[in-house]
This record gives sequence, structure tokens and C-alpha cells, in this order.
Amino acid sequence: MQLISLSFFDLALAALAVLALAATTFAMRLGIARTLLIAALRTTAQLALVGLVLEAVFAQRQLVWIALMALVMLLLAGREAAARQKRPFIGGYGFAAGTASMFLSSFVTAVATLVIVIRVEPWYTPQYAIPLLGMLLGNTMTGIALAMDRLTQEVWRGAAVIETRLALGASATEAVAEMRRDAMRAGMIPMLNAMAAAGIISLPGMMTGQMLAGSPPWEAVKYQILIMFLIATGTGFGTLLAVSVGARRLFDDRHRLRLDRLRPI
Amino acid sequence: MGTGSATAARAARFEAVALAIGAIGPVDFALAAGTCLGLAAPSGAGKTRLLRAMADLDAHEGVCRLDGRPAADFAAPAWRRRVMLLPAESAWWADTPRPHLQPHGLDAYLAALDLDACVLDRPIERLSSGQRQRLALIRVLSHAPDVLLLDEPTANLDGANIERVERLIRAYRQDRGACCVWVGHDSAQLARVADEHRVLDARGQLAHRPCN
Repeated sequence: MQLISLSFFDLALAALAVLALAATTFAMRLGIARTLLIAALRTTAQLALVGLVLEAVFAQRQLVWIALMALVMLLLAGREAAARQKRPFIGGYGFAAGTASMFLSSFVTAVATLVIVIRVEPWYTPQYAIPLLGMLLGNTMTGIALAMDRLTQEVWRGAAVIETRLALGASATEAVAEMRRDAMRAGMIPMLNAMAAAGIISLPGMMTGQMLAGSPPWEAVKYQILIMFLIATGTGFGTLLAVSVGARRLFDDRHRLRLDRLRPI
Repeated sequence: MGTGSATAARAARFEAVALAIGAIGPVDFALAAGTCLGLAAPSGAGKTRLLRAMADLDAHEGVCRLDGRPAADFAAPAWRRRVMLLPAESAWWADTPRPHLQPHGLDAYLAALDLDACVLDRPIERLSSGQRQRLALIRVLSHAPDVLLLDEPTANLDGANIERVERLIRAYRQDRGACCVWVGHDSAQLARVADEHRVLDARGQLAHRPCN
């Protein structure tokens, strides 16, 4: 099978469809046309940019450039996760905790997979390393952002319960245990849903892309299963880590609830 | 440890030295075993924050000591199990009161506060504020603390129940040599229940300190 290369004219045709949608929503006064157009422009610009960078990185095949690209991806993911918080930690702590958790879970999972499972030579071959890391970071980011948001909001709302428990002699860990568990579960739900729906309700994007690019379905399926497991592992451990670190930050060494470490709305 | 300091430690079961939080205080007191301090102040003067400082629930200045040992010598949860705060509004996390309470001695406490055992399995939000307040007191007492920090413990109660609560707390203090810091508005009540008194003015400063 052969990959059919898309021309700019082909993309322009698809863009016309988006314009039609924008015009329709404008006529219906949904107030979303502007956002839609900006989002479409952003997607074009961002993907074009990343395409240029990837062409260069793929051509160079040097660890430094791949590591640099990975670092930029990580920092952007950390920033996104922090920006989605309704009550973020003050002083960049949420960014640091989220980024560190993402780094540990996504990078360890990606490198381990490249070295142990795919066994590509060299292990940092960009064709494998970058897409793998990108998918892991994207999903881990969602998990961590949801979980941290849930944690800080639950603790804010449940401050009276936590403080009553502390007053009755519970440790910080005991007092926050239930909310911590809730937050961890919340972070893992998208991943669980994705695994449960895969293949039946949705054809995962990566698998679809591989088949469009000419891979036999069976090969695409095997890669997709691998990716699903990696995403589950990366998101799961990343969420556990970020929530643990965040929950600790909500208390001081005298087991006092420190809501002053969250930014008020 | 010399005899002198051991005697002093026995004399003062619970004491606060230069206890201050924000602009509130400083406050000093020393309570012998079984005695009660009444702390009166207008609303918003910071009585609640002083109680929270005593329970080490907020960062504060000054020191509290229990049997001569400063709070910093205890792990914070261990300190709060001995020096326990009863907040004006207690929170509940389970659906019914029962999971919040230690079974030990429960029946006697319920009887002393005129509560039927069936309230233990009723949804919390169906209970009256007075029932909740009495159950919150039982929850604190059932942990057997050495010091009770009571934030308006009878605010939602009728006359008969106020009397029951006062009687129960007095009995608890006498049985265990427990100390008590009782915060309230009602000066007649404070005169009844407390052995020693402090009054804060609206800015949280000690307004009046009678000689003991």
C-alpha cells in the first residue's frame, strides 16, 4: 500500500468545510464562530510549526535535539496542566509538581518502552521516541490536570471536615485520605474510558493514522494496544504521584491545613 | 528534673505563655488540673482563633504546655488528641453520627445529654442543630482528651440542655482532672462554669485581668 500525499489544495477544501460550520454557527448566534476560527488557525499554525521542527529533528537524528524537543514538550504540558486549575497552588508549586510527575511517569515509560519493548536502534530514534512521548505526555497531562483540580477543589470545599478531623487528632494523611482517593480516581477516569471504548466506540487516532499511512491493520492494532498500556501506566502513576505531592503541600509539618497555599478565586 | 519544676508542672496542667495569633493576644494563663478558664469577648474579637492556636491548628506565637511539656514536643496529632477543640460548628463526614463516635462509654454520654440512641443512625442533616451540637461534644469527650477547648458549646441549646452540658463537662473535669477553656458570650454562664476569667476587647486585646 502507498501513502497518498495530500496537497495544500486538499487541505483548503477541508478548511472550506470548517468555514461553512463557522458561518452556520454565526448565523445561529451560538457565539462560538470566532473561537472556532481561532482554534482552526491555531491548529494549523501549531501543527505546521511542529512539522517543520520534526522534519529537522528527524533529519538530524541527534540525541541533543531530541532531548531538547522532549524538554519543550514537557514544559508546555506542565504549563497546560497548571493553567487548567481553578485554584492552583501559589508560587508555581503546581507547575513544578505536575511537571515533575509527568517527567517521571512519561519519560520513564517512554524510555523503557523504546529500550525493552520496541528495541529500536538507537533507542532515541525520533520516529519512535517523539510520537510515543507526545502521546504519553498528552494523556498524562489530562490526568494530572483533572486530578489536581479535583484535589484542590475538594479540599477547599471540604475544609471544615478536614479541620474537624485534624482537631480530633487525625494526621494530615488520614484527614485528607478520602479526597486524595477521589482525586486519583478522577485523574484516571479518561484513561479507563479510553481503554474500555477502544475499538468498539472509537477507533484510536494513532491506529487510524497508521492505517491511513499504509500499515496493515494488524500491525496498527498491536501498536495501539502497546500505546494503550503505556498511556494507562504513565497516566496512572503520574496521577498518583502528582496528587500525593499536592496533598502533602496542602498541610504543613504541624499537620495544619494550609489553604493559604492555594490561590483564591 | 528538680522537685521545684515538678511541683510547678503539677500545679499547672495546661498553660499558655504569650499566646498570640495575628493581632490577637498575647494571652497568658495557667490552669490547674480540673479547672476551667472562661474567655469572653465580643464577636469577631478572635476567641475562635485563640482556641485554634491552642490546638495548634493555626500558626501562632507563644507556647502552650500540657503537664509542663510544650506543644512542639508532641507530634501535632498527638497534641490535638490531648488538647481537643470543639468548634462552634462541627463538621460530619459520614451520613449518620454513629461512625463518628467511639463506642466506649457512649451510652452514658447519651443519657447525660438526654439523647436517644436512635439518633445515632439518623441522617445528620435531619438532626436539629442542638442535637448535632450535643453529639459533637460527645464525639470530643469520647476521645478522652486532657484539655477541652470549647467554642460556645451551648450556643444552640435550650435551658435544660445547657444545664446538662454544663453538668457533664464539670463531671468530666472532676473525674479526669481535665482542664477546660470555655469561650462564650454569656457572662452569667461563664461565671457558673469557670474558675478563672479573661475578657478580650473588640481588638482582641486582654481587657481585664482579675487577680487570682
